[in-house]
Amino acid sequence: MTVKYTEDHEWVKAEGDAYVIGISAHAAEQLGDVVFVELPEVGKTFAKGDEMAVVESVKAASDVYAPISGDIVEVNNAIVDEPAKVNEDPQGGAWFVKIKPSNSAELDALMDEGAYKDFAGNS
Amino acid sequence: MPAADQNSLKKTPLYDLHLSLGAKMVEFAGYSMPVQYPAGVLKEHLHTREKAGLFDVSHMGQAFLRTTEAAIGTGEAHEKIADAIETLVPGEVRKLKKGGIRYTVLLSEKGGVLDDLMITRPARDEFQGTLFLVVNAATKDDDFALIEKTLCGRAQMERLDAHSLLALQGPAAAGVIETLAPGSAAQPFMTIARHEWKGAEIFVSRCGYTGEDGFELSVPNSHAELLAKALLAAPEVEPIGLGARDSLRLEAGLCLYGHDLTPETSPIEGNIAFAVGKRRREEGGFPGAARIQRELSEGPKRLRVGLAPEGRAPAREGAEIQSTDGKKIGEVTSGGFGPSAGAPVAMGYVDAEFSKTGTQVNLIVRGKPLSAVVADMPFVPHRYYRG
Repeated sequence: MTVKYTEDHEWVKAEGDAYVIGISAHAAEQLGDVVFVELPEVGKTFAKGDEMAVVESVKAASDVYAPISGDIVEVNNAIVDEPAKVNEDPQGGAWFVKIKPSNSAELDALMDEGAYKDFAGNS
Repeated sequence: MPAADQNSLKKTPLYDLHLSLGAKMVEFAGYSMPVQYPAGVLKEHLHTREKAGLFDVSHMGQAFLRTTEAAIGTGEAHEKIADAIETLVPGEVRKLKKGGIRYTVLLSEKGGVLDDLMITRPARDEFQGTLFLVVNAATKDDDFALIEKTLCGRAQMERLDAHSLLALQGPAAAGVIETLAPGSAAQPFMTIARHEWKGAEIFVSRCGYTGEDGFELSVPNSHAELLAKALLAAPEVEPIGLGARDSLRLEAGLCLYGHDLTPETSPIEGNIAFAVGKRRREEGGFPGAARIQRELSEGPKRLRVGLAPEGRAPAREGAEIQSTDGKKIGEVTSGGFGPSAGAPVAMGYVDAEFSKTGTQVNLIVRGKPLSAVVADMPFVPHRYYRG
């Protein structure tokens, strides 16, 4: 599957029967230098749109919302230890969490790459 | 972050230069100002502490205040203008040396801080009876109106709206300024000197808002961009936005007016008692003197303190401060991540009994208590020039 995006600038990508979630390169650039990341605990359940993680730059704090409903199956502690990774590789190594979805149909509502680029370009 | 609506905002003479340097512009005090350049807040902050950073602070208010009770340049002229301004500020202005700069505050009748400002006594004899004032951007119209009204018949105000203000801060600043204004490297901290530069008169003050050695240059608008470009031509100098200006001053423990100081806070509560002169403490004669004298003798009910959160999560302005048993004891007024401190740093007001360095407190961040300790400021040592 290709990468999909939310209007809150999270990205979602399939990996096995889970989905990897992070923040977009556009969001990382807008935030500026990330200095703090707080991730949820493995096993926690979120509904789509819930505040799931926190990312803070030198400038401001920002919530990261669950793009889809489901259970957290893995978190990326590397970005908690080294928040600057979020600026270096936001759509690769600096993923936030992996979610096992409870309703895969929610993915249909998300934007594809082209739609997100248009959206981010206007935001 | 919404982009600044460029049309409705005021611009400094360096506006075009900021855009050409790739600045991200935001609204600040009615001006379109650079919040950061492509390097970003973190690198700009660290660069300033390591080398030198150039800041456009032309949005701040500059003015000359001249006595009308004596001829400018005569023996009694300074005393006249000092006595006049001392009815509004608690700082020692009368005994300020020629060329000296003083940090003090404008006070309300209730002893609250209406603004913090720099007052400079000219160095040269022929200008005695004049004071050079630099006040905050957001408050400048109110400040100048208050001063004019209160000192009506005693002093006359000349706003320097046709002057820009540039700050060059950092350990390499002195060497760079020396090439444009010879003698600056040996100029004492908190003094002013007048220079000619490319046909313009510029005032060079050795002061700043970063905790580093540095200078503020008052320059006619006609020469502002030329001067900024001359400073940026030095390899040590990079342009720095308001984002890093804020994190630098926070680490230095310096107050941001409207946040860490407000009309509700006295300078004693604000932990800037040094803004109240020794003679003035005894004599009074400034607005709110009774409150300030009482707080000096009995201690204030609350105090601005430094706060060092444990861990890496920053606590920001507005976060409630609680005692370890869960009672509200104050509020964070500035907070964020200190790039040089390598840790979150904050300041806020706490009830006096919790103001001792080392006191454990909780900061409520996103509904959860975050452990923090009352800490000495500055968070990063000041490196002012001491000769």
